Amino acid sequence: MLEARALRRLQVGPIDLTLAAGTCVSVAGRSGAGKSVLLRMIADLDPHQGEVALDRQSCSSMPAPAWRRMVTYVAAESGWWEAKVAAHFAPGTDFSERLPVLGIPAEAASWPIERLSTGERQRLALLRALRAQTRVLLLDEPTSGLDAASTGLVEAELRRQLERGVAILLVTHDPAQAARMAARRLVLVEGRLQEHAA
Amino acid sequence: MSAPMLDPFDLALAAVLVLLNAAISLWLNLGMARALVIAGVRLVFQLLLVGLALKIVFAMASGWLVAAVVLVMFAAASYEIYSRQERRFAGLWRIGVGAGTTMLATLFVGAFGMLALRPSPWFAPQVTIPLVGIVLGNVMNGVSISLNSFNTAIVRERTAIEARLALGEDRYAALRPLQRSALRGGMIPIINQMSAAGIITLPGMMTGQILAGMAPLEAAKYQILILFLLAGGAGLGALATTSVAVWRMTDERDRLRLDRLQERR
Repeated sequence: MLEARALRRLQVGPIDLTLAAGTCVSVAGRSGAGKSVLLRMIADLDPHQGEVALDRQSCSSMPAPAWRRMVTYVAAESGWWEAKVAAHFAPGTDFSERLPVLGIPAEAASWPIERLSTGERQRLALLRALRAQTRVLLLDEPTSGLDAASTGLVEAELRRQLERGVAILLVTHDPAQAARMAARRLVLVEGRLQEHAA
Repeated sequence: MSAPMLDPFDLALAAVLVLLNAAISLWLNLGMARALVIAGVRLVFQLLLVGLALKIVFAMASGWLVAAVVLVMFAAASYEIYSRQERRFAGLWRIGVGAGTTMLATLFVGAFGMLALRPSPWFAPQVTIPLVGIVLGNVMNGVSISLNSFNTAIVRERTAIEARLALGEDRYAALRPLQRSALRGGMIPIINQMSAAGIITLPGMMTGQILAGMAPLEAAKYQILILFLLAGGAGLGALATTSVAVWRMTDERDRLRLDRLQERR
């Protein structure tokens, strides 16, 4: 479904990658190996060489915001631009249904951002990226700051997304998580993707 | 009534105050006496020199000479904006953005002033040069404050801006809050100046005109005209410069391009 060809930026690449609908591919690699650079290239957030296509429709053939609504990058560090949590979600979002899915109380919708813990921010940033039009999720260490229970909730939600047909590219430092989630495990070494050696 | 002429003795009398201040600084060990005296001497030389230069320009009444003086003023203002920026655009943009938008707003607002004052000939240096000077100074302030605040905020708010872009908002939507707060910052000084005028202070220009013998009501009308021009100039300049900054700090693929900004060395 998602095909990346000859992606290259800075020390990363050339990278070829195919993601099938409803599958999860994990990417490991040392800090600074360029995992975030790779995800950001796929989301077209930085200038780069190469091309990515979704169902044979290339990224460069459509406006970048339209591409990013389908191929959505969730950064390791979440960003907030309004005072309250609810303002970061689409109008009409049912918070009493959505927030408890990741173990966050429904009333958190009315909280100011400052009141959120790092882990809550991380989960809310993921929730806000899960939308009807999302086809591919590019997740940068989505559970790095979470305890085991919250990590379990996030993984369960990601499995539901996979069942819906969403493809996930998951950057994770946790080999156990990669084993649980990913159909294919890759490692980024010296700017190139390799299969994970079992 | 005509303006009383000041002779050197009158100025020397006023200079006593500066020397008094310098003495206070020495007494309290503020370490500012030297700087104060140098600033005072600079003021005398600079203003007398400008007065002399303007006397020549006024006497020659040449359109080309007026244009040259205005150009020199633009160049000085551009350099001033450039040197006030904490973070600058890379390449020629580092001076071009502030300089271009300042000139644009100044010329536009200056044209309004000329329409109101109707000098004859239209480039009469007695009108154009002071008019451009006062408008330029204010536009320069509005531009440099808003540009500085925008370029500082864009680095600070990077994760928030990129989160919006990653969720599929376009570059204008993602940067709108930054542009708005930068614009506000650029316009607050002139709004304060307008609301305080006449109550807290008599504006400097009006004071000068009254001292020079103009009827207070006439002086007030001039001051109102000038403050309106300044408000227009500061707003337009800030709007133009932040709009160029939004466009320059992003690209056609709606990416944030912080690589186009350089930290001041």
